[in-house]
Amino acid sequence: MTEKIKTTRDGFGRGLVEAAQKNQLIVGLNADLTDSTRMSAFAQQFPDRFVQVGVAEQNLAGVAAGFALAGKIPFAASYACFQPANCWGVIRTSIAYSNLNVKLVGGHAGLATGEDGATHQSLEDIALMRVLPNMTVIVPADGEEARKATLAAATHQGPVYLRTSKLETGVLTTPETPFDIGRAVLLRPGHTLTLVACGVMVARALQASARLEELGMSAAVLNMHTIKPLDIRALAMALERSPYLITLEDHQAAGGLGSAVAEYLSQQRKEFRLKIMAVKDTFGQSGQGNQLLDYYGLGVEQIIHTSQRVCAFNNCRSDSLNMLGLK
Amino acid sequence: MSTDTPAELAQKALSIRRSIIAMLAHAQSGHTAGALGMADVFAVLYFAVANLDPRHPDKEDRDRILLSNGHICPVLYATLAEAGFFEKKDLYTLRQLDSRLQGHPHVGSLPGVENTSGPLGLGLSQACGLALAFQRDNKTNRVFCLMSDAELQEGQVWEALMFAGKYQLKQLTAVIDRNDIQISGSTNEVMSLEPLKQKLESFNWQVLEVEGHDFGQLIHAFHAASQTEYPTALICHTVPGKGVDFMENKFEWHGKAPTKEQAEQALAQLEQEPDD
Ligand SMILES: Cc1ncc(C[n+]2csc(CCOP(=O)(O)OP(=O)(O)O)c2C)c(N)n1
Ligand SMILES: [Mg+2]
Repeated sequence: MTEKIKTTRDGFGRGLVEAAQKNQLIVGLNADLTDSTRMSAFAQQFPDRFVQVGVAEQNLAGVAAGFALAGKIPFAASYACFQPANCWGVIRTSIAYSNLNVKLVGGHAGLATGEDGATHQSLEDIALMRVLPNMTVIVPADGEEARKATLAAATHQGPVYLRTSKLETGVLTTPETPFDIGRAVLLRPGHTLTLVACGVMVARALQASARLEELGMSAAVLNMHTIKPLDIRALAMALERSPYLITLEDHQAAGGLGSAVAEYLSQQRKEFRLKIMAVKDTFGQSGQGNQLLDYYGLGVEQIIHTSQRVCAFNNCRSDSLNMLGLK
Repeated sequence: MSTDTPAELAQKALSIRRSIIAMLAHAQSGHTAGALGMADVFAVLYFAVANLDPRHPDKEDRDRILLSNGHICPVLYATLAEAGFFEKKDLYTLRQLDSRLQGHPHVGSLPGVENTSGPLGLGLSQACGLALAFQRDNKTNRVFCLMSDAELQEGQVWEALMFAGKYQLKQLTAVIDRNDIQISGSTNEVMSLEPLKQKLESFNWQVLEVEGHDFGQLIHAFHAASQTEYPTALICHTVPGKGVDFMENKFEWHGKAPTKEQAEQALAQLEQEPDD
């Protein structure tokens, strides 16, 4: 890649153009957020493959289903607080149950959205989409990964939800970093604990891990870019290294990445201690994206602190682990 | 609150516009065009039409003004401050952490804010529920729902329009900002609404078209809305960005805040007496 991609939404925009150049079946649909979801480059290059539906998210999802029924590969984009939030029932029946080849893009996700405030900060979309059978859920960590995720979604058969953000993440992956749907990437090795992160929280996990190393703790960073299907092999390997896991996401604790990991862990026999770092059953508010992530407990300092606390259980006897439900 | 002469209302609207520019320039994000365009309508509604008391913002018999296109909340906040619901200096907390002035309005956060909005298309249903509840309780409070034109592209709006027609919600007035812009360009080109008047009439509404910067016409129309057996839609033809020449009729100013320099220029233009 020539220049670095700054945000996951930009990565989506780039990936969509590349995918469309490769495959004529790809169409793009938008609900008056063409530019801010970064579909405008596609719309300019392929005007006859672009569909503007106006401010109408239910129609957006429904029309996308129709294009898929016609054999096309539609990418339908809006903000996550409108799609899936405002059209979930349409997605459920017309897309997921029908198992249609629709790619849904939810932009401006999470607290990272910032100043627009709680109405625009989708903290529920991972849960909403993860609960749907047939749906694949991808939350890329940086622009380059979002570009690859878009290309992968285009060739994957079946409905996909791609969650993007407007926050600048820095460059965390390279064109050489592998990307396969459902295959987590170990971005930093470590044996004391594993930070399992997705989306904008991956950058913070990496920063925390670097700081923890100075403090004598070796925290692995696992980029769980696909929430569904969850990479349980990578989680099992993490547990081989250490029983301590912290999940990190810009989303409600209920139903998100942490929940998915907890669901898996509860079904296997190894000893573990899991801490879910996420938004705790509250709505967001206006503020700057990074400031809000800190404010709601997702700052680098908080990750460091939580890592130290989680691992302090190292000394626990196994019966107290039992009492805590950790066995 | 009763400021009724057009000259007085023009003064209020000018002051509201100045606040909008100042607060957006300070916040460095937010929506300018629609907010400026609706300042005259807000001035009329809050200062000449609605029964409200800023000292008792929750009084039982007040009229309810709901904002459905929440992104133009700078005009709502500026108007509420102008009316004395809170202090003008609070306007400078817009969009900041721990502020009562959220990027999109939140009911319960700020006196005078009657509903939560931001996602388009929600407000008219809320207004329908309020109006029908008043009707059933034999209360005469009026309900005003301020809306944008592109918002009418949302299906839920038409569900609400049908509902209001069925229940003859005569206390309900929908005030539509027909400025013909939305994010991607001209509303008529992105997804045409026309023939809007006929569509609304066919849903059993009284429909009045007014020039949204003409105080006399606005006062008259709001009065006419109170004299009918039907819900009323006021299609207000406005100029987005009104009052600032480099913003007027430019859809690019839908969701952008002025820089400090642009704000100075804008404020200089908003010093003169409005021409009408
Ligand atoms: C349900 C929903 N979809 C999309 C958006 C994003 N959005 C904000 S304003 C807007 C349209 C702007 O046009 P209009 O409502 O006419 O407002 P104006 O620019 O005239 O102020 C859109 C699509 C939204 N707020 N809500
Ligand atoms: Mg408009």
